[in-house]
Amino acid sequence: MIIYPFIIEILQILIILAVAPAFAGWVKILKCWSQGRTSPGLFQPYRDIVKLFSKDVVLAENASWIFRFTPYLVFGATVLAGGIVPMLSVDLPLAATADVIALVALFAIARFFIALAGMDIGTAFGGMGSSREMTIASLAEPAMLMAIFTVSLASKSTSLSQMIQVIYSGQSVFRPSIAFALLAFILIALAETGRIPVDNPATHLELTMIHEAMILEYSGRHLALIEWAGMMKLFLFVMLGIAVFLPWGIAASGNLEAIPAAFLFMLLKLGIAGVCLVLIETGLAKMRLFRLTEFLGSAFLLATLGMLSYFILE
Amino acid sequence: MTFSSIDIASYSILLLLITAISASLLNRSQKLLITIGFSLTTIASFLAVAAGAWTVGSNLTNKVILPAGLPDLLFHLRLDPLSGFFLTVIGLLSFFVSIYSIGYIKGFLGHRPVTSLIIFYCLFLAGMFMVVLADDALFFLISWEIMAAASYFLVMFEDEKIENRRAAFLYIIVAHVGAIAILLSFGIMAGLTTGFQGFSGYTFDAMRATKFPLGWATAAFLLAFFGFAAKAGVIPLHVWLPEAHPVAPSNISALMSGVMLKTAIYGIIRISFDLLKVFPWWWGAIVLVFGLVSAVMGVLYALMQHDLKRLLAYHSVENIGIILIGIGLSMIFTSFQMPLLAALALTAGLFHTMNHAMFKGLLFMGAGAVLHATHERNMEEMGGLIHKMPWTAALFLVGCISISALPPFNGFVSEWLTFQAFLLSPSLPSPLLNLLIPMGAALLALTGALAAACFVKAFGVTFLGHWRGHHNPNIKEADWPMRIGMLLSALTCLGLGILPTLFIDWMDALSEQLVGAKIASSATGLGWMWLTPIAHDRASYSGPIVFVGIMAVVVIAYVLLHSRPAAIHRVPIWDCGFEKINQRMQYNATSFSMPIRRIFGFLFSIKENVRLVSYLGNAVFPKRLHYHLRIRDLFWGWLYKPVVKASFWASRQVGRLQQGRIQVYLIYSFVTIIILLVFLR
Repeated sequence: MIIYPFIIEILQILIILAVAPAFAGWVKILKCWSQGRTSPGLFQPYRDIVKLFSKDVVLAENASWIFRFTPYLVFGATVLAGGIVPMLSVDLPLAATADVIALVALFAIARFFIALAGMDIGTAFGGMGSSREMTIASLAEPAMLMAIFTVSLASKSTSLSQMIQVIYSGQSVFRPSIAFALLAFILIALAETGRIPVDNPATHLELTMIHEAMILEYSGRHLALIEWAGMMKLFLFVMLGIAVFLPWGIAASGNLEAIPAAFLFMLLKLGIAGVCLVLIETGLAKMRLFRLTEFLGSAFLLATLGMLSYFILE
Repeated sequence: MTFSSIDIASYSILLLLITAISASLLNRSQKLLITIGFSLTTIASFLAVAAGAWTVGSNLTNKVILPAGLPDLLFHLRLDPLSGFFLTVIGLLSFFVSIYSIGYIKGFLGHRPVTSLIIFYCLFLAGMFMVVLADDALFFLISWEIMAAASYFLVMFEDEKIENRRAAFLYIIVAHVGAIAILLSFGIMAGLTTGFQGFSGYTFDAMRATKFPLGWATAAFLLAFFGFAAKAGVIPLHVWLPEAHPVAPSNISALMSGVMLKTAIYGIIRISFDLLKVFPWWWGAIVLVFGLVSAVMGVLYALMQHDLKRLLAYHSVENIGIILIGIGLSMIFTSFQMPLLAALALTAGLFHTMNHAMFKGLLFMGAGAVLHATHERNMEEMGGLIHKMPWTAALFLVGCISISALPPFNGFVSEWLTFQAFLLSPSLPSPLLNLLIPMGAALLALTGALAAACFVKAFGVTFLGHWRGHHNPNIKEADWPMRIGMLLSALTCLGLGILPTLFIDWMDALSEQLVGAKIASSATGLGWMWLTPIAHDRASYSGPIVFVGIMAVVVIAYVLLHSRPAAIHRVPIWDCGFEKINQRMQYNATSFSMPIRRIFGFLFSIKENVRLVSYLGNAVFPKRLHYHLRIRDLFWGWLYKPVVKASFWASRQVGRLQQGRIQVYLIYSFVTIIILLVFLR
């Protein structure tokens, strides 16, 4: 049926809106457990968002329209990206909207506007956050592209659906190039989503915060949108990693019968991804800003090694 | 009576020349002169766009031979799709800039007469139009020199400032060194065409018909590439660019950066793809490497600037680099007989040529509007302009997003196409290239991300936050002609970003003419909404869906959240309990780029000086802190200083001949005559 892909598309966007906070909650629970604290529960992010939505907005006197527009734009770009990454099925009407490179660019436009919003009020914190965020992003970008390049060598495509199809079509032997690319991708994803060791999402200490510094002046529904979009971004990077490296479970056709199984697979993989993320975050300390060159440099190196191993070994 | 496209183009040039000549008649009433002069250039530019768009769209080739020139070599004009494309690019930006100038140049009223500005503006436009129309080496070089000379006088316009005179001098020197190389290149080609007999070899038609031996062709190509690279500001020949572009009036900067540099790109394409035709892959590799170096170094230097127009000028270096990347890849693909991939890379490069003209023109116009309002080029003294200049701010932001290669604007499309060309390089049959070319893609990604950082800085420091300056000028929004000029180019940026398929469809004749393959049929394989460079399962991007999708979610979220009235409280900014917060405590351009300066510092010559003035002689309680930072182009010290020193030394040595005594000079003449009589009987 031609209509099914559209239903799946809508379903997928609803899932990303609904499940992303739960994933953030899951990560928080695991982190609390690993640090011997009592956790606030899986539904705390939902309660946070609802609370923020019902609050009034406090705006600085000189906030311009950019400051007020940014939360909506960030939310919009993230939701659109959520419609593009295959989560349940390969056959998505929006999948042709963007390949991996354009998908990364969608996150880039969100980041561009958050960085502008950070400078809008004119406090030192906002500018500091913007400056650091853009620096890290520009170091992460070449590594990201190299990882994409390596992965696209095998599938001869940068379209996500096509990459999954190629993996499904039988060349599922474990390739060294893909392993290197996966390692690189994990490092980049940590940087892009602002997790330890690059940035600490829980900190409000002026010397260390990056992402939090940019959104420090937000409140009320604006903050809710940004927080929600942040959770979706984390969720989407996990989904992107799953789609590119471990797609098994995603339905290969646009039939509705395969969707429940695909959904369960997705939850399972999310759970495991959360465990991995927490292991990384508890095992490492946050790095100094200028050590990040080495961190992202090694991501670039790994991706390059992946590319070399494709040409040499495969 | 029927017109051909080349007639329309000729009328456009004629109109510009008439305007230039008659401008001095209106010298008395400057206000009227500005309105009439720039209205006429607007019309002329529009004619050029019409001629160019028609030529490319219908794949026409028209030729005209003017009854002027040398006896043996009349002026040949030719309008083919390649010329037509560049005519469209130049015409479109000069159309917007001419409208903008009606408002902008009025700022000079009462300060200085603008007649010379209008005359040279017309000559400058006419020169650029003629360069792309020329079909023989002589006419090409004459047009090239008209363009260079006119722009020299435009850079010199405010000639009471020493920096303007210095910049213009540097510019004209580099332009002429380049022009000599181009002349030599044409000389080689013409000489081989006819065996140094007569002038007929100087027409491009004769060169096209000749098959050049590889050695001579390489010499011609390298000379031409050097000459055009000097004009385009390719690193390391870029030093004139960040000096000359900022000091010219902003409408001129927009044209110089947006389109004059493109005539050099035109020259490179014309000579390599059209006149020489066959080439080994390493020519393309040279172009690619210079492109990559220019792109990365250009954007890094731009990040270090705090002069808004200088920052934009360095970004021109970067974008020329990106264009050259596309052209270099195309040359490599062509030399390996892969016309389809060559067409893709060439389309990417040419698309970026168009895009860069639009957004860089827009950004320079925006910078001009800021300069017009604040009389300030230093970003450290600006801030908060978004409240006082909402139009300029919004339009400048469009330019920033476009140049940072962010969807759904146009810069993204061409960089994305360049990435796709990179991703296709593994199909090259050379293992060495397979391993090295992906590094280029990584460098391009670095460039794009750094550009985004740079424009967060440029926009953030100039338009956001509080006013940082010491004095408080009365800032007014730009007037309507300026707004319209900027608005039109902003809309073009958005249009090209959302509907790239239509544009690629239009310019398809070009890649067919140059590399013998079309990509429009595959690029629009899924329909006009999706851009699919080679095949839809390879990669696809849909500008309309991205734009409409994001906007739809934004609107839905906005409406849902505003269904319930929630108050917005406007409060003073939170100062963390520190009550003496002031505007100088904001992040500024220098502090914003500090992390990047620290990471990439080895590429610059940086002198940082911190001096504490202590309070009561106790260093623990500093009273005041002086921070001095000087960042210089490494190339100036490495490359130019030795050349400057050597040429001064040589002139001093030659200067010894000049004794100032008539007797000595008479001896010189006498010796010369003797020598001539002995050797040249």
